[in-house]
Amino acid sequence: MIALLSAIAQLFLPWWVIAVVAFTVCFWRKPSGGRAFLSGFLGIGLVWLLYALLIHLRTDGLLTARMAELLFKSSSPALLLLVTLLIGGLVGGFAGVAGSGMRQVFSTNS
Amino acid sequence: MRRLKALLFGAVTIALTIALNRQWGSVPAFGRLLSPFEGFWQNAEKPGMEPEQTLSIPGAREEIVVRYDELGVPHIFARNDYDVYFAQGYVTARDRLWQMEFQTHAAAGRISELIGDRALELDRYNRRLGMVYGAEQTLRGMMADPVSREVVEAYTAGINAWINRLRPSTYPLEYKLLGYSPEPWTPLKVALLLKQMTQTLAAGADDLLMTNVLQKLGPAVTANLFPDYPFREDPIIPAGTKWDFSPATIPLPPPLNGPDSLLSLHWPGHDHGVGSNNWAVGGQKTAGGYPILANDPHLNLTLPSIWYQIQLVSPTMNVYGVSLPGSPAVIIGFNRDVAWGVTNVGADVLDFYKIRFRDGRRTEYLHGNQWKPVRRRVEVIRVKGKPDVVDTVLYTHHGPIVYRPDEKPFRNNIPVGYAARWVAHEVDNTLKTFHILNRAVTYDDYVKALAFYSAPAQNFVFANARKDIAISPNGRFPLKWRDQGKFLLDGTNPAHDWQGWVPADQNPRVKNPPRGFVSSANQSPTDPGYPYYLNWEFESPERAMRINQTLAAMQRATVDSIRRLQNDVYNLRAARFLPVLLPRVRRNGFTAVQAQALTTLSRWNYQNDTASVGATIFGEWIDFLDDAIWQDELSDPSRPLRHPNISRTLQLLTEEPASVWFDNVRTPDRKETIDDIVTGSFRAAVDSLAARYGPVGARWHWASHKGTGIRHLIPGLDAFSRLNVQIGGGPNIVNAAGRRAGPSWRMVVQTGPAVRAYGVYPGGQSGNPGSPYYMNMIDTWRKGELYELLYLKSAADSHPRLKSTLKLTPETK
Repeated sequence: MIALLSAIAQLFLPWWVIAVVAFTVCFWRKPSGGRAFLSGFLGIGLVWLLYALLIHLRTDGLLTARMAELLFKSSSPALLLLVTLLIGGLVGGFAGVAGSGMRQVFSTNS
Repeated sequence: MRRLKALLFGAVTIALTIALNRQWGSVPAFGRLLSPFEGFWQNAEKPGMEPEQTLSIPGAREEIVVRYDELGVPHIFARNDYDVYFAQGYVTARDRLWQMEFQTHAAAGRISELIGDRALELDRYNRRLGMVYGAEQTLRGMMADPVSREVVEAYTAGINAWINRLRPSTYPLEYKLLGYSPEPWTPLKVALLLKQMTQTLAAGADDLLMTNVLQKLGPAVTANLFPDYPFREDPIIPAGTKWDFSPATIPLPPPLNGPDSLLSLHWPGHDHGVGSNNWAVGGQKTAGGYPILANDPHLNLTLPSIWYQIQLVSPTMNVYGVSLPGSPAVIIGFNRDVAWGVTNVGADVLDFYKIRFRDGRRTEYLHGNQWKPVRRRVEVIRVKGKPDVVDTVLYTHHGPIVYRPDEKPFRNNIPVGYAARWVAHEVDNTLKTFHILNRAVTYDDYVKALAFYSAPAQNFVFANARKDIAISPNGRFPLKWRDQGKFLLDGTNPAHDWQGWVPADQNPRVKNPPRGFVSSANQSPTDPGYPYYLNWEFESPERAMRINQTLAAMQRATVDSIRRLQNDVYNLRAARFLPVLLPRVRRNGFTAVQAQALTTLSRWNYQNDTASVGATIFGEWIDFLDDAIWQDELSDPSRPLRHPNISRTLQLLTEEPASVWFDNVRTPDRKETIDDIVTGSFRAAVDSLAARYGPVGARWHWASHKGTGIRHLIPGLDAFSRLNVQIGGGPNIVNAAGRRAGPSWRMVVQTGPAVRAYGVYPGGQSGNPGSPYYMNMIDTWRKGELYELLYLKSAADSHPRLKSTLKLTPETK
């Protein structure tokens, strides 16, 4: 769910929409804290990883190698892909927890 | 508790997102940068090109067809001249937008906007030098001419048509790394780019250093050590050529009483890596009977490349060559009938005048017997993350005051500063030169085109299918008395002002000289018989001599023999120095490495090829030798001085072996001889190499020692650069591939009934580090090979090298 919605939203909106999507979905579906983090993390992180991997493969990794050299002084694309997964995943994960937590606050009140 | 937890995670999420969305110093916004939807991933390009694409572009007047060949060179076919320059702007921006904007931001003193106060002094320097003021003057000149105006406006509209199609995800990568956005292009930016070239090529000034030398050594010794014409020269216009004009009245030098109080002005010296070669061989000396023209401008080797190949076809022209991204038209190239190229002249077109203000308010300055008003120009430098810096620059009729007296607090209380008189501050219409050359057919067209040219002065070489060859050191030259501007000038004395201009039709020029070729390599434009004073010193003549010797001996020249001369790595400087130096080396007391180095050098064939060890030792030795001879007399911690040039040093070694200059005045108890200096500097040079590289071996090889690098315009971006390129040659060698500067474009054109041309530059057509066309031509360049330049006749031509067609159509209403 998060994956699908965020992928569509990111085609049109700035990257940080991933936080909004993860938050909203978790707010709506109210998973527990741990599950919320996991679904936010995987929902966003996997989309980022797969799309990045697709670009990497389609372009023979030319820019991936140069960026890995620039950011990490390493020619390995794996690290760059991993960091991409992590950054997207962490934002998604935290937003997911925040979303479900907020929902629980509202549910308790009502 | 729950509420607290929820709020905490909410806050963490927001903080994390914001943190990843903004730049931290030089650390980019990681979230935005790494997002595959928006970040750098979007700049990765797949190999190959889209075979067909049609775009509706607001601003195009009729349908424009752009065909791309397999190197990514656009061949533009337009039905009118507006559209051809519109499309040039569009396709150039498509490949090079970031570079175009960055270079013009640099010229305008706006780098602090992008990277913060690290660039503040650089920006302030450019503002003080009057770069924006000069660009505004050029803009006035361009806009006053209806033809130039249309060209610049069309080009600007084309660039903006591309910018308007961009979204943050499709911005060039460098915008994402530095965290900013492109702004609309303007005609002023074209002018700024031309100023940038003028600054690179015509803003060197040793006036202050020479004045300090003059004070230290006195006029007679200074004249002896810094003569106005080199020991052994081979000028551009063959020596003895007669001038067919009666010169304008040349001003007489006023009595020598230059400024006496000096500021420690740190002016960038002339960059010796920057220079160029060009030549044209007449039909009588070529195998095909038609002239061949060659050019290789030596500029800083950068990525994206300084040049961009393009073919422009409209009803009034069909021209191919290289353009400067940011300026319309082709700068070096050919059409069906003619070919032309440029090298830098190095005339003295920047002088400094000492200004005397009336009082501490600095609202008036003395000139002749009058107090004249000072004009103030406020420069606002925007600084990323900091408040704006406001700088008021004082202008006199000479020009802007680069360094104000109050910036030197230990000076006495006389309010003095220096104003810069620079040709770049003149109104000009340089663009028109290229507009005419792009369409030229005859020698007369070439002469007509050159008259519009202002700065940076260039040696324009020319050849055409009617078998004319010509060369002209050309630009706007101030009319000066002999040596005017060799030293700092007195701004209060009207006799020190520039006295007008050398008439354009009296610039040095030669057509079809008897020797059958013309050439230039930044050496003296003429022999001392030319009536006007252009400068006292030009580039040392080794490259020129080598080219002229080779061309004089060449018969039945072909494109390939010309290409080989462009790649010649013969070190003529070594061939001139070593026979003088080697017999003076005394071997007693040599270490094993020193002895081995001397043997290697004695057996060296003077070729600076990649694996040469002799070239490395010689290069190092000459630097040590120069310091050993001159450093003791000509260095002073309190004021900058300079050494005599290499020609004078060679003369000293050859003709004045008993000269007092060989004695090291820092050792009062000893009197060194020429042999002591030669031997001592050799040992020191070898020891220095051994300390860096260990025993003589692969690390001593010339190409590794030299370390030619082709670097991204952002300093330190090694991942987007190509370092340690294995190429021979070097400074003062025909193949001038130095550490940071070198042949930035090599071109050979065989004129004739069907023109054929060849070329390469060390980079690629795309400025995108994520493109396969970013640095794809470097190895061809390194190996000294050329690509045939695909000169199309019509948009319908078919050729296996054509890979993609882009149609730009006017927006349908």
